[in-house]
Amino acid sequence: MSKYEEISGVQFLLGNHAIAEGAIAAGCRYFAGYPITPASEIAERMSERMPRVGGRFIQMEDEIGSIFSVIGASLAGVKAMTATASDGYNYMLEGICFAVTTEVPCVIVNVQRTRQDIQPTQADVMQIKWGASGDFEIICLAPSSVQEAFDLTVEAFNLAEKYRNPVVVISEAIISHMRGKVVIPEYDKIKIINRKKPKVPPEEFLPFKGEEDGVPPMSKFGDGYRILYSVNPHDEKGKILWDPDVYERLYDRLLGKIARDVDNIAKYETHFLDDADIAVVSYGSETRSALDAVIKARKEGIKAANVKLTTIWPVSSKLLEEVADRVKKIIVPEMNVGKYFLEVQRICNGKTKLVSMPKNRGEMHTSEEILNIIRRNSK
Amino acid sequence: MKPHPNAKFIREGGLPHMFCPGCGVGQIMNYFLYAIQELNLDIDDMVLIGGVGCNARIPVYIHADAIHGVHGRTLAWATGVKLANPELTVVIFAGDGDCAAIGGNHFIQAARRNLDVTLIIVNNGIYGMTGGQVAPTTPFDARTSTTPWGNLENSFDLCKLAKAAGATHVSRWTTAHPKSAIKAIKKGIQHKGFSFIEMVSQCPTYFGRYVLGFTEPEEYLNWLRKNSVSKEKASKMSPEELAGKIVVGEFVDKREPTLVERYLEMEKTMVKR
Repeated sequence: MSKYEEISGVQFLLGNHAIAEGAIAAGCRYFAGYPITPASEIAERMSERMPRVGGRFIQMEDEIGSIFSVIGASLAGVKAMTATASDGYNYMLEGICFAVTTEVPCVIVNVQRTRQDIQPTQADVMQIKWGASGDFEIICLAPSSVQEAFDLTVEAFNLAEKYRNPVVVISEAIISHMRGKVVIPEYDKIKIINRKKPKVPPEEFLPFKGEEDGVPPMSKFGDGYRILYSVNPHDEKGKILWDPDVYERLYDRLLGKIARDVDNIAKYETHFLDDADIAVVSYGSETRSALDAVIKARKEGIKAANVKLTTIWPVSSKLLEEVADRVKKIIVPEMNVGKYFLEVQRICNGKTKLVSMPKNRGEMHTSEEILNIIRRNSK
Repeated sequence: MKPHPNAKFIREGGLPHMFCPGCGVGQIMNYFLYAIQELNLDIDDMVLIGGVGCNARIPVYIHADAIHGVHGRTLAWATGVKLANPELTVVIFAGDGDCAAIGGNHFIQAARRNLDVTLIIVNNGIYGMTGGQVAPTTPFDARTSTTPWGNLENSFDLCKLAKAAGATHVSRWTTAHPKSAIKAIKKGIQHKGFSFIEMVSQCPTYFGRYVLGFTEPEEYLNWLRKNSVSKEKASKMSPEELAGKIVVGEFVDKREPTLVERYLEMEKTMVKR
């Protein structure tokens, strides 16, 4: 790749453009998408950038076409991504089912918006985890800044390749339409993970037998391995069959490769947790107000902390249990009816007091609002 | 006993197949395998794609790189495969329901883009795998499991649809025309651009029994042959004479730039920063 095609150094970027640049830096060379506000700038940027870096861009006829063409490109050996917003993500669930079961690495950006409007929201956090039919595990990263929009998109590709699974970057209109400073390292200094390749010849290769980490190596189309990628229940050779034992084993591995490795996958940040009485658990743009509120509370002498979940799926029970053991109260501010709170409740119930702080009106919490709740709960 | 000339293409442990006795899908799979042998193609350069349905099973039984198992999305997969690696030869097997109903939009858009793939549609006029429900290709007034009082809708002429959408190679044959079918598949694969090959096929279990009233697949095959008219002959017939007939032959064959060719050209000419 020639130098002019690489965009690195200090940049001032739109959140959605930072996502596109993160994908390119991670090695994404195929993008398919369908226009939808507030995600369209990702496709626009990719349409301009993909040909410059030797990649391919296509605007498909719908979101279903986008996700399936991304899967096709990934099977042909090219790192691929699509981007949409909430309503479009509904359509993509079909492709996500396929990608999970056939273990096709791919990245899906979901810039959440209020239903059939374009206001910011976090209403889709549970859909990512539970939205598709059947059994699946998915990794979901939630940026809270433009810098993270870049960093977490790189991370999303690395996780997709490592676990051979779809990975979702869940953004919001706030993060995606914010402009901010982004420091982009030179591409060759960015840590990149690529899918494992088969180490044995085709006749010995079992394409759906996990290695120690539960993840099988992967050939690409044209390599001579002649793999059948079917969403139907299949054995380790890829043969379609119905056998309760085979089915159980398949999904145990597909779910287990992620569920059993949560501690390596789940990323988070804690601020002022050491001596804290109250923790504000937040994700995405809510972290901006939450951390600000915590800093203000500290100035007032309230021992508050912020626990920022960078990875929202899979959830780190270990982390939340640890937080619950330390503090007297956990507050969960969210831009929805209080959805992720249910997950915090599932893990922390009985260990500490829990306060849900929903705001379901297309606006983020102000730091004052969160500060007031911290004050009220510190008494 | 000598093995079948196409036995070497079958995926190990892949058989027995799930086709009903007398089904046409096995014939079409054979026509395809004869075609690639006659063309001397290396199967390792190919990707076979099937959606959902009886016909979608063809790639499951052939030992090749293959995708299978989601209804209607064959051309979306193919778009990604072909753009990511234009060197691969992509052949898609889809049923009439897969292509013309649930995947209808992907079908016309891929044709419009002149995506360089070969789409072999197995048209049996009905949803076979799910129990004989009405399809967009079922004739008007036909009785099926979901049109017990007769089909209220007109049926698609898939070749006309493909042509109107911009397909650069379009032909139609039936399972009763093996030699022409093999020739057409060969030509379709060799064609640079979107090749659409409609194979009208028998579904003795549902369409044969309930719509046509046949008890034997043989009757059905004879009917396909007798009911077919060549494109040339059809051009001299009136609409009344053509009603219910299957017009066979090659309808479109033209060379136009493919999506990938245009993309590669754009890469060369686009303004450098």
